[in-house]
Formats: sequence, structure tokens, C-alpha cells
Amino acid sequence: MEDTAVEEAEVSGAAEFAPALVAAHPHGDSVAVAIGPELRVFDLRAGCPVSLSDDCGGLSHSDAIRAICFSVSGALFASTGDDKLVKVWKTDSWRCIRTINSEKRVSAVAFSNNDLYITYADKFGVIWLVNLGEDGAEHVSVDNKPVSILGHYCSIITSMKFSPDGRFIATADRDSKIRVTLFPKNPLKGAHEIQSFCLGHTDFVSCIAFTSISENQSFLVSGGGDSTVRLWDYINGCLLDTFQVRDKMGELLESNDTDDSSQAIADICPSNDGSLIAVAIQGFSGVMLLACDLAGKKLSFRKVITMEKSYIPTSLASSFSSELIWTVMGASNMPNQASSQLLTRLRIIPCFQKDVVSSSDDGPATLEDCEVPHGEKLLMALQGSLDIAKQEEVLTSVLAALKVSMHKMLVKKHYSEERREQRKRGRNDKKIKS
Amino acid sequence: MTSTNGAVGGGGQHQASAAGKLPRKRFYRARAHSNPLSDSHFPVPVSPDEFDLSQHYPAYFPADKAGDGEEAAPPRRIRFADVGCGFGGLLVGLSPLFPDTLMIGMELRDKVTEYVKERILALRASNPGQYDNISVVRTNSMKYIPNYFRKAQLTKMFFLFPDPHFKEKNHRRRVISMQLLDEYAYVMEVGGIIYTITDVEELGDWMRSCLEKHPLFEALPEEEIKADPVVKLLSTATEESQKVARNGGQTFHAIFRRISLQEE
Repeated sequence: MEDTAVEEAEVSGAAEFAPALVAAHPHGDSVAVAIGPELRVFDLRAGCPVSLSDDCGGLSHSDAIRAICFSVSGALFASTGDDKLVKVWKTDSWRCIRTINSEKRVSAVAFSNNDLYITYADKFGVIWLVNLGEDGAEHVSVDNKPVSILGHYCSIITSMKFSPDGRFIATADRDSKIRVTLFPKNPLKGAHEIQSFCLGHTDFVSCIAFTSISENQSFLVSGGGDSTVRLWDYINGCLLDTFQVRDKMGELLESNDTDDSSQAIADICPSNDGSLIAVAIQGFSGVMLLACDLAGKKLSFRKVITMEKSYIPTSLASSFSSELIWTVMGASNMPNQASSQLLTRLRIIPCFQKDVVSSSDDGPATLEDCEVPHGEKLLMALQGSLDIAKQEEVLTSVLAALKVSMHKMLVKKHYSEERREQRKRGRNDKKIKS
Repeated sequence: MTSTNGAVGGGGQHQASAAGKLPRKRFYRARAHSNPLSDSHFPVPVSPDEFDLSQHYPAYFPADKAGDGEEAAPPRRIRFADVGCGFGGLLVGLSPLFPDTLMIGMELRDKVTEYVKERILALRASNPGQYDNISVVRTNSMKYIPNYFRKAQLTKMFFLFPDPHFKEKNHRRRVISMQLLDEYAYVMEVGGIIYTITDVEELGDWMRSCLEKHPLFEALPEEEIKADPVVKLLSTATEESQKVARNGGQTFHAIFRRISLQEE
């Protein structure tokens, strides 16, 4: 019984690690990094860090941020997470125009394509919607409460995206399901009509993305704990192609650790035209680039961009207008971490473009720190420190923590026969009887 | 015909099906409730394509046909689903009424599923040519409905005497809810009918109000309900309904039709 309790404590503790997140403004105006409760934004146009302001009197984030996103137009930005606050920011002034209180912790957030609505998913798998008013106007009625529009049955939603044409909302969960739902004209009454389920992943789905930003035909790509990247015809729920990252990794790094849990897909990020997909893999120090042949409906390996050994990106982002892939590594709530300073490490891959990638085998590599746009100023603002040695030290501990955290949160728990018996004995309903 | 499926185990110590003898419930006792929220560790098909019907309906899917390439006729599909089928009384009652319709019972409790499996095998053995169209699968239908059925595949869904889950914090465990109705609507064809019945008035009201609020369902008119031969089975065929009748209890049903969405 005692060690059951210990195990429980371990589990709940480990789930608290929050990986760092990065998001890029669609027009390349700014870039945001979230680490723990901290939100760091850098204005790429002005070349200076942004100071966030909140004059609505809302609380600032007090716990790990789990999801951030820009709206398609770039006018709005949202941040949310374990503190159950969903904050909506206007990106011209970086003022918080709305703070929504969620009943449960929030795991995913998205804006509808017209900036009219924000949707967020809580830990019970319920997706809530809030009307932001006309074009995210500054004076929105405060009384419009969140309404639940759909739900995955008691499963953590890991990713939520609107289709490029705005007709569908796609949601992925830890039960290996991707649901594509029609987003109605009046979503306040709920989104009840399911277009399709994309079923094929054999473990949790960690990330989904639409390949194209144009209103033409678009596909859905997803990455999961089964270490596959999959291409879907989301209208019909057909699996078009599956790319086994594990096989490729085995080829590339023969002797390296073949621990299955370290090959989960952490994040994916398609390029502007959808012809390339950047993939971050847990346990791999670098980014894998896949070519996505939209006509032939095939995914194929293009190349890997390796980074220093201790650098494993936790989140990827790119904007429509530039060819940079922003990658970030970091985690909060580490047991041995000084709470005063949350360090992250930022690496940027230039030339995220089909022609460039195929033309030379060596490039693109990551940008050196001095080559980063706005140089040290940007790194200082987003990383929290320039001291590489200190960074290294932190990153090593992050590395270990990350593996555990995703695993503990999303992977189904397996108990041995004995352990199950032991847990049954500790069950509340039995306790009352005796 | 003995059980060919290696999965038979659990409470099935007495495999009487070979002789056509019905299994006895005393060997398949199980707790009345099972937690639908816990992670499941039984096999679930990744997608409907991987749900092997030939194991469930061998008479309709002869093994030797498998290698012959594509058949001209579209493959036969399951049309009725009894969600939370319990000991399978409804399936056994429906089977002769719709002899050419494939139906499946879905049940979360392992031992109860084993019982139904044995019961169907025994019925097939003692009534050759009958009961070939019913089967049962152990699954959590609240989590995995789309893993078993394609869009618009089902014509009838049954929810008979589901767990009432009285406490408000447990309402999310109810098998009828606004969220889950989305998924049921997805697997049902337009015009398909959803049958619910309970002896708990509070739950009856809940199920009816969920269905009334849902834009993809409309109540079946009273005369159609009266004319439907299936409706009589709801309150007579299952073990649970017989128990309610024995105790002189009242039942509350809600029968709705899947409609297509009309957007204003």
C-alpha cells in the first residue's frame, strides 16, 4: 500500500513538467515563447522585447502555460494552461482584452478563422467556445459565458486546429482519435455534426496541422506516440500515408537508444505551401524534415537537421511570410530548478522551403546565435539568459524530465496483476463498507 | 460448432455451447457496474476497417471466400447496435425478427460478454440456421464507437436500462449525453432510430431532454412507436426489463429518429 502511494505521488508530480512552447506571428511580426507561467514576446518589426499589459484587471498566469496560438489574421493571440485562465491578447498593443475562467485545466486553444470565436479544450475533453465579438473588438460584452460545443469522451485533447477554409474544427486526443467536426455558422448552439474520424494512430495523437493555408484542397497531418506521422484526407477520414519515424531513426542512428517511449512525435509544423513538414521527435536532438507530396498523397523522408546533443526541441513554429522554423526547448516545474529563472533555448532553422532544402545536402543548418534576427537582444528576451554553459546544465535535466512528462500524461497506464489487486484494495467504495 | 476464438476465458469454465446447452448465469456473475472512464486494456480495432466481422458472423462470411478477390456485392455491415447489451436478451429477441440484419451487442463487463458469447454459440448449435446474425463484443462504447462503425452505418441503436449515475458529478458517466449523441448521430444513417428505456424516472427525463435538445434527432410520432414491433421487445426481452416487470415498476422510453441538420 505504501509504495502505491509513492507511485501516485510520482505520477502526479511528473505530469506537472510543462514543456516550453513557441508560436510565430503569421506575418512574421513577432514571436512568442511560453515557459511555465511566463510569456515572452519579441517584436520582430521593432526589434525589441514586448511588455505585456493587462488593463482588464484579469489575473496573470500563475501556473504552467500549456497552449499558445496566434489567430490566422495575426490580430489576436491566446495563452492558457494549468491555471485555468484563457487570456486573449491583441497583438498590435499586446494588451490582454479578455480573461476567461475555465472550470478545468486547459490543454488546447484555437481561434476561428474570422477571429470571432475562441475555442479551448479542458482536461475532461470538453471543448468550449467564447464569442469574442466583432473582429475581436476591444469592448466585448463580458457576460457571454463559455458554451460547450463538443467533447471527446473524457480524453485529454492534445491539439485543436481550424481547417484553412474555416468549415471544420479538428481535435486530437490521447485515445488515438482525431475528430473532424463541421463548424456551424452559429456555433453557440454547439458543433454536433461530425464530418469524419481519422483513425489509425495506435497511441496518443500529440499534434495535428493542416497542410495548406489556402482555401484549396488541404490535408491534415498528425504525429503521435506511436512514432508515426500520418497524412489524412480529413473530409472522408481516409488515411493516405503513414511515415514510420522509428524505422528511419533506426537507420540513421544505428546504435543509439531504441527505447520506444523516446520516439514519440513531439510536434509537427508544415511549411507555407504544405510541401515540407518539420517534425520534432522526443529523444532526437534535431528536426526531421519530411516531403509531403500533396498530389501523390505521400510522405517521404527528406533530411534531418541535427543539433547539439543536449538540444531536443519541444515545440516548433513557422510563419506564413518567412522561411524560418523556430524551435524551442525547455521545461518548467523542475524539482531542482530555481524558480526565479526559467531558461529556454531557442534554435532557428532558416530556409524552410522546398527548393532550398532539396538543392543542397548540407544546408540548411541551424542559425548560430549571432546570425539570429536581432541577435542577442532576441535571445536574451526569449531565452532568459545568454550563458550557454548554464543553459547546457539546465537542458540536460530538462531532457530527462520531458521524456517522463509526456509519457506519464498521455500513455495508458499498465499495471501488473499484483499491482491491480493492490490498487483495488485501496478503492474508496470498498473502504466505506469495511 | 465450438468456440474458435482464443479469447474465450474469464468466467467460461463451463463451455456447454458445443452441446447446445445454454450457459448458466451463476458462472458469469459480475459486479453490476464497471468504470467507463478508466483506461481500457482489451483489444479495440484501430478503425472500422480492422473490425473482423468473419469472426463474429461466420455464416455470413465463409472463410473460403476470402481469397476469391473482390465480390460484386458490397460487404454486409452491422446495422443494429445494442449498447450495454448486458446478458443479451434483446439480441436474442431481435434475431428472428430481422433474420437478415447483422446486429451486435456491446458490453463493458468481461464476464457478462463471455456469457452472451456462450449463449449465442449455444443457440446457434441447437437451432441450426438461426441466430447467425447476432454477436457480442467486449468494449467501452462510450470511448470506441467510431472504432467499430463507419459514418451512417447503423439503422438502429439501443440503450436499454443504462446505469442511472444519480450523482451530479457522475452525470458524465451516463451513456446518453449531448456529447456522446454527436458520435451516435455520426454512426447512424439519416432516418435511423435510437431507442432508450429506463425504469428510473430521473434518467428517463435526462435522456429525453438530451435527445430533444440535440439538433440531429427528432422524436418519433406516437403512432409510429405503436406500430414498431421492436418497441414491445424493449420492455419484455431483456433481463432487466423482466425484473422491472416482476417488481411492478414503471418504465420510461424515449425513441428518436436521426435527422439531417437544418441550418437556419
